[in-house]
Amino acid sequence: MAKKERVLVLGNQACVEGAIYAGMRFYAGYPITPSTEVAEGCARELPKIGGRFIQMEDEIGSIAAVIGASVAGLKSMTATSGPGYSLMVENIGYAYMTETPCVIVNVQRGGPSTGLPTKVSQSDTMQAQWGPHGDYTAITVAPSTILETVTETIRAFNLAERFRTPVTVLLDEVMGHSRQIISLPEPGEIEIFNRVKPTVSPEEYLPFEITENYVTPMPAYGEGYRYVITGLTHDQKGFTTNKPEEIAPKLHKLRHKIIDYKDEITKLRAEMMDDAEIAFISYGSVSRAALQATDIARKVGVKVGCLQLQTIWPFPDKEIAEICGGCRKVIVGELNMGQIVNYVRSALPGDIEVVPLQRYDGEILTPMQLIEKLEEVL
Amino acid sequence: MATAVKEKQKSNVVLDYLRPGKAMPTVWCAGCGHGIVMNGIIRAIDKTGLSKDEIVMASGIGCSSRMPIYLDFNALHTTHGRSLAFATGVKFARPELKVMVVTGDGDALAIGGNHFIHACRRNIDITCILLNNYIYGMTGGQGSPTTPSQAFSTTTPYDNAEKHFEPTKLAIAAGASYVARTTVYHAPQMEKLILNGLLHRGFSLIEVISNCHTYFGRLNRQGDAVKMINDFKERSVPIARAKSMSAEELEGKIVTGLLHKKETTEFCDVYQSVVDRVQKGM
Amino acid sequence: MSNTGSDSTADSKQAPKASGKFKWQQGDPLPLEINMKWCKACNICIALCPKQVFEPDRDGKPVQARPEDCTLCTICWVHCPDLAITSSYK
Repeated sequence: MAKKERVLVLGNQACVEGAIYAGMRFYAGYPITPSTEVAEGCARELPKIGGRFIQMEDEIGSIAAVIGASVAGLKSMTATSGPGYSLMVENIGYAYMTETPCVIVNVQRGGPSTGLPTKVSQSDTMQAQWGPHGDYTAITVAPSTILETVTETIRAFNLAERFRTPVTVLLDEVMGHSRQIISLPEPGEIEIFNRVKPTVSPEEYLPFEITENYVTPMPAYGEGYRYVITGLTHDQKGFTTNKPEEIAPKLHKLRHKIIDYKDEITKLRAEMMDDAEIAFISYGSVSRAALQATDIARKVGVKVGCLQLQTIWPFPDKEIAEICGGCRKVIVGELNMGQIVNYVRSALPGDIEVVPLQRYDGEILTPMQLIEKLEEVL
Repeated sequence: MATAVKEKQKSNVVLDYLRPGKAMPTVWCAGCGHGIVMNGIIRAIDKTGLSKDEIVMASGIGCSSRMPIYLDFNALHTTHGRSLAFATGVKFARPELKVMVVTGDGDALAIGGNHFIHACRRNIDITCILLNNYIYGMTGGQGSPTTPSQAFSTTTPYDNAEKHFEPTKLAIAAGASYVARTTVYHAPQMEKLILNGLLHRGFSLIEVISNCHTYFGRLNRQGDAVKMINDFKERSVPIARAKSMSAEELEGKIVTGLLHKKETTEFCDVYQSVVDRVQKGM
Repeated sequence: MSNTGSDSTADSKQAPKASGKFKWQQGDPLPLEINMKWCKACNICIALCPKQVFEPDRDGKPVQARPEDCTLCTICWVHCPDLAITSSYK
C-alpha cells in the first residue's frame, strides 16, 4: 500500500475535509471569528464537487437554509462561534422538533455576548445541550486534534443521519486555528452513514412514525412523499396536535431515540487509565495538554491517566464511572467556570474526589498547570 | 419543469389540491381573506401544470402561514419570519423544485425583514405571496409594520405613532425582479399575478391585501368581511391609471397590478454556471 | 364553447356542460354545489354575486334562491375562502 500523503492542515480546514468526506454538499453560514475559515474552505471546495455554498444574511438564516437543504436531500452544515450559535438556537430547536439531520460546528471563543473573538474558551459546552428551549436530547462531539477534527466531523454527520437530529461539533479557537501535519483518510477508509429512505408507498408513509427502534425513514422533497414538516408539536403524520396522547410520545421519541442508543454515540479516549489512581478528564484542546501532563507525570512514576470525552452529550456518565472506578481522584480541566464538572461528580461514587481545574481568562490550560494541580492533590 | 399554461379549469379543481387526511374547514375566521388567497393560489398552480411533487410551500408563523398544512405539496411550516431563509436552502439545494413562500406582514416584514430583503437581493427563484392584512391576527390584533399611521391595534390603542412599510417598494428597491400587488376582491387578477409570478424565473413578490375584519376591521371600524372587501375595491387603482395620478390623489389608495418586472439573472442559475466553470478548471 | 342556450338546456339533466351562455331551468340540478360543512356563513358569496342568486338561510349560509339568474360567472367560487362552492356545470 502506498504511503499516505502527509499534509499540513488548519483545524477549521480539517473540519471542511471531514464534512466533505462525510458527504456534505451544502453549506450556509455567516462570517464570525474564529470559525470563518470553515466557511471560506466550503466556498472554495464545494463548487469543485458540485456542492453548494451560500453566505446568508445572518446565523438565523444560515441554519434555516441548512435545514431547508437537508429536507431537500443534501447533507448540510453550518459553522459559527458563540454569538452566532446563540442566534441559531431558535432553528436548531426546529431541527430537533422536525428531526432534521444537520451539523453545526461551534468554534468556541470567550463569552458571554461578543466576548473574546480571538481567544479560546469552552464556555458553550452547556449551550450545545441546552441551547434551544424545550425538551430534547442533544448529541455533541468534541475533537482534540486536527486529525480528530476530520474524523469527529465525519462521525457527527453519521450520527446526524443515523438519528435524524442536529449534531454539534464543539471546536474552540485553539482547535480551529492550530495546524498539524496529518494524513487524511482515504476514500472508503471510514464508513459513511446515509439517512434511511422510505420503502413503503407515499400513502402508507408516516413521516414521524414512532417505530420500535425510533428509526423513521426520511425522503427528500420531490421524491413523491408529500408531507408537512412543522415546528409545532405534531402527530406521526406530521399534523399539529394538542392531544396529550400524541404530545408525550413525540417528546419521548426525541429523548429516547438518543439515550436508548447511547452506546452507539458515546466515544471516549482513555490513555493510561488501567492502573491510574488519578485521572484527568477533559475534552477539546485541554485534552492535548492533559495527555502531555500525563506523559510527564508517568515519567516520574505518578499513576495518572487521561480520559478525553469525544462525545460530550449525551453525557457519558456510565462510561466515566467504569473507566475511573479505580481512581481516588479525578481532575476535570475545562476552559470555563465549570460546565461538565458537576456531571462528572454525579457520575462517580462519592468516595472519588472530583477536583475542578478551570481557566476562563482567554488562555489555554498548559500541561504545567495540570501538573501543578496534580501535585496539589497527590 | 412544465411551463404550458392550462387555459380551461374546472370549478372544483381546488378540491384536487387539498391534503388528504387534513380536516377542513380551515382554522381561519369566517370570511378571512386568507382563504380567498389559498383558493387563488391553487387555481394558479393548477394552471402551471406543475406536479404536486415539484412544489414546495414554505411558511413561517401567523394566520397566513397555516396555509401549507392544508395543501397537498411538500410543506415546510417553519419558525416566525424565517420561511424565506428555509426556502432559500430548499431551492438552492434542489433548483428543479418550484419553491413558494406564503407569509404575512408581520412574518415577512418585522421578524423576517432581513431574510425578505436578502431573498429579493439574491433574486432567487422563489414565489413569495405576502398576505398583508395590516395586523397580527393569530396573536390577537397587534400592530405590524404595515399597520397604517394612526390606525388602531391592541398595541396601538390610542394611535399608531409609527410609519408603515410598503412591501412592494421595499422589494423593488432590494432587487426583486417581479413585484405585484392586488387584493382579495380582485380574485381573478390575483390568480393571474400569482400564475405569472410562478412562471417568472427570479424572485417574485405578490402582495395580496387581505381582510382581517376580526381584529383590524373591528378595531378600526371598517366593518365585516364583505364591507372590507368592497372597500378594497373602492380604494383600488390599477397601475396604468395610477401613473397619471398625483401623490395626493393616491393617498389611501391601493395600486394594483404588475408594478415591476425586470429580466435579470437568477441566483441558482448563476451559481450553477460558477460550478460548471470551476469544474472545468477555468 | 359553441353551445347555444337552447341546446344546453335540452339535455342538461344527463350531462351538465360548461357553456358560454349558461341558463338554468326548472328541473335541472342547481347551478352550484355548496359544501355546508365547510361553509362558515361569511356572506361573501351572497354579497358579491352580481345577480343576487343567493339568500341566506337561518344560519347565514347561502341558499340558491334564484338559480335561474346564475350565469356561472365564477365570482362566488373564486371568492369563497372555504373552498365550499363548486359547480358541476363548469
